[in-house]
Amino acid sequence: MRNKWFYKLFFLIMLLVVILIVFPGLDDLKFSIFRRKFEPVLGLDLRGGMQVVLQAPEGYDIDQETLQVASTILENRSNALGVSEVNFQIAGDNYIVGEFPGLENVNEVIEIIKQTGMLEFVDLGDDYLLPGTIVRTDYGVTADLNELEIEPTPIPLSIGQSDIDVDKTISGNMYHTVITGADLDSVSIAPPQRPGEGYIVLFRLKPEGTELFSDHTKNNTGKLLAIVLDKEIISTPVISQPIENGEGAISGSGENAFTLEDANNLRVTLFYGTLPVSLEIAESRVVGPSLGQDSLEKSLLAGLIGFSIVCLFMMIYYRAPGVVAIISIIFFAMINYAIYLLIPITLTLPGIAGFLLGIGSALDANILQFERIKEELRKGRSVTQAIDLGWRRAWPSIRDSNLATIITSAILFWFGSTFGATIVKGFALTLALGVSVSLFTALLITRGILNSLTPLLKDRDQTKWFGI
Amino acid sequence: MNIIGKRYIFFAISLLLIIPGSVIIGLHGLPLSIDFLGGSLIELEFDSQKAPSFSELQSLYVSNGINDAQVQTSSDQGREILLIKSSSLVQDQYTSIVSHLKENYDEHLVERRFNTVGPSISESVTQRALLAILFSSIAVLLYITFAFRKIDHAFRYGVCAVIAMIHDILIVISLGAIGSQIFGWQMDSLFLTALLTVIGFSTQDKIVVFDRIRENSPLLRKISFEQLVNHSIIQSLQRSINTQLMTVEFLLLSLALFGGETLREMCIILLVGLLSGTYSSIFIAAPILVVWENKEWKTWFRKPHASKA
Repeated sequence: MRNKWFYKLFFLIMLLVVILIVFPGLDDLKFSIFRRKFEPVLGLDLRGGMQVVLQAPEGYDIDQETLQVASTILENRSNALGVSEVNFQIAGDNYIVGEFPGLENVNEVIEIIKQTGMLEFVDLGDDYLLPGTIVRTDYGVTADLNELEIEPTPIPLSIGQSDIDVDKTISGNMYHTVITGADLDSVSIAPPQRPGEGYIVLFRLKPEGTELFSDHTKNNTGKLLAIVLDKEIISTPVISQPIENGEGAISGSGENAFTLEDANNLRVTLFYGTLPVSLEIAESRVVGPSLGQDSLEKSLLAGLIGFSIVCLFMMIYYRAPGVVAIISIIFFAMINYAIYLLIPITLTLPGIAGFLLGIGSALDANILQFERIKEELRKGRSVTQAIDLGWRRAWPSIRDSNLATIITSAILFWFGSTFGATIVKGFALTLALGVSVSLFTALLITRGILNSLTPLLKDRDQTKWFGI
Repeated sequence: MNIIGKRYIFFAISLLLIIPGSVIIGLHGLPLSIDFLGGSLIELEFDSQKAPSFSELQSLYVSNGINDAQVQTSSDQGREILLIKSSSLVQDQYTSIVSHLKENYDEHLVERRFNTVGPSISESVTQRALLAILFSSIAVLLYITFAFRKIDHAFRYGVCAVIAMIHDILIVISLGAIGSQIFGWQMDSLFLTALLTVIGFSTQDKIVVFDRIRENSPLLRKISFEQLVNHSIIQSLQRSINTQLMTVEFLLLSLALFGGETLREMCIILLVGLLSGTYSSIFIAAPILVVWENKEWKTWFRKPHASKA
């Protein structure tokens, strides 16, 4: 401790920051300093909800960027559909993990990922095709459409089954795509124009699209122009006059008339873009909120009981150092919690297991020091010497054991992230943090307090303070 | 106290603990949950008076096109909890099953869980988890070899730590297998978490115990390696006991006794696993160091009586 003042100042500032973050309330103050609120983020296993792992069908080659785009689109769509606090994360090479707090029905998730949202305006010439017909277009066709859709999917919760009925008419001809959803500038909804009709989705095109659309409608007045979503015809209006301002409307007709919900879904799908890859549900799990709540409350109480016994034992067995250890452990817990709030880290059961192991190693670091101090005292050293030597002897074992754990958790974390194993990842993250913080608290807090206590502990009171 | 001298007794004790579980695994296979096998798991909570019987559930599943449903029950304070494992269900099948149960048995039944894991994903979970454990073992081995580079045979310490770690894994898996027969436990993702925790703790504890040997190794000029190891273990024994008491007995026991139902199984596994982590540092890892130093395997088969005495 050469730099005592610096050390004490640092210690004090850290203490203040940690207390500020950890303690509830003071929201205004926190917000003015950190520009955000601090609330613990509970994982699905603690609060209830649904986790879904989405996977690109086998044989598709996709890159990270595609996944990133897909997950952003999914998130936007979910938010627009009013499903709150949804979180999508990329995991590994071809998974997206979606977490839906509060949701319990897979079908609601399917709604979100169902449409790939590929909008096309297709020139049908004079062929009138019924809404619901699947058409082939010349836009971006790479795979054989028929084969793609009739192929059975091995996974039971495949979205393919719910959105394409095999018995729908499939038109054999190839049609020309005039413009696509990429040319859309904005999309909005209008209520039904006449009673009995459906809602209308209004759109405006970007300049380039406006030009193309204007040219096409000028040259093809009187012909049919189909509005096609995911290769399925939604409606087949006749071009009654050239559309030059780039504004248009989509309305379903007859059986396919839009309800408000339909219209909104279509708006969301169109506006938030096309999923670059089709996704299917590889895994889904629902945890009832009661299960989570029950576990959390009871376990928190149980942890508190356990911790009280630990405190009692430490005080009885180690006396003065035991009290220092308790202070150090409370600090340890607060610093960890502050970091969870800062990053923020989602708290899950595996995460808590990692934290508990962290507490274990923080306790161990204290116990290692105290046992060494006792050994030195038994050898007849003075209190000052014993505290100093105790630390020096214990340090290599604390350092090496904790470094090994940090290395292990780094490897676990890496494996956890390259795949949707959120369990392994959550565990590794809190464990690595816990062990790092325990090094820090053992080094600065336990040792620091013991050092500053040394002048107060007289050698003749050794028995009283150390139990020897 | 001579711990190292009785090393073969401790090896035998560990084997006695591992063998029953291995036999169960040999007979019934690992009790893996759908997390690793794929399929669907439904957990429902009924009023005990109103819960359906096994055969009624089976036929309900069959009528929904599922022929491999397995049912487990447990009851808690007048509530009956049913765990039904089957091949993958789609949402419609699930809805139909639950609404049928609500209409005919208990309209206030609680839907606690509905998990479905596809075959491709469960396969990669298992692979990745095994790979992660393998890679961290190698890392631990390399790290210990590095940290102990200043004393003789540093590599041995790494190998012994990994062997003792495998011992702990085997103890935990054996316990899981026994639990699967008695309490219907399953090796699910929480079990994997518990296993990872045990591995982490075990490694840490080995290094602390080995550190004492490292520190004492200058004494080697005066005493034999066997005496040195025994001496070091005894010196760090108090610390081993106290750390074990704090982390395991106090915290986990209270979690197991007073904590949530869901965590009980995990706490018991952790309790045993972490105990094994401390046990194996003293009674497996350190003794194997001595076995290696003395190259005792040369006499194992020639004079079994002499070496086991």
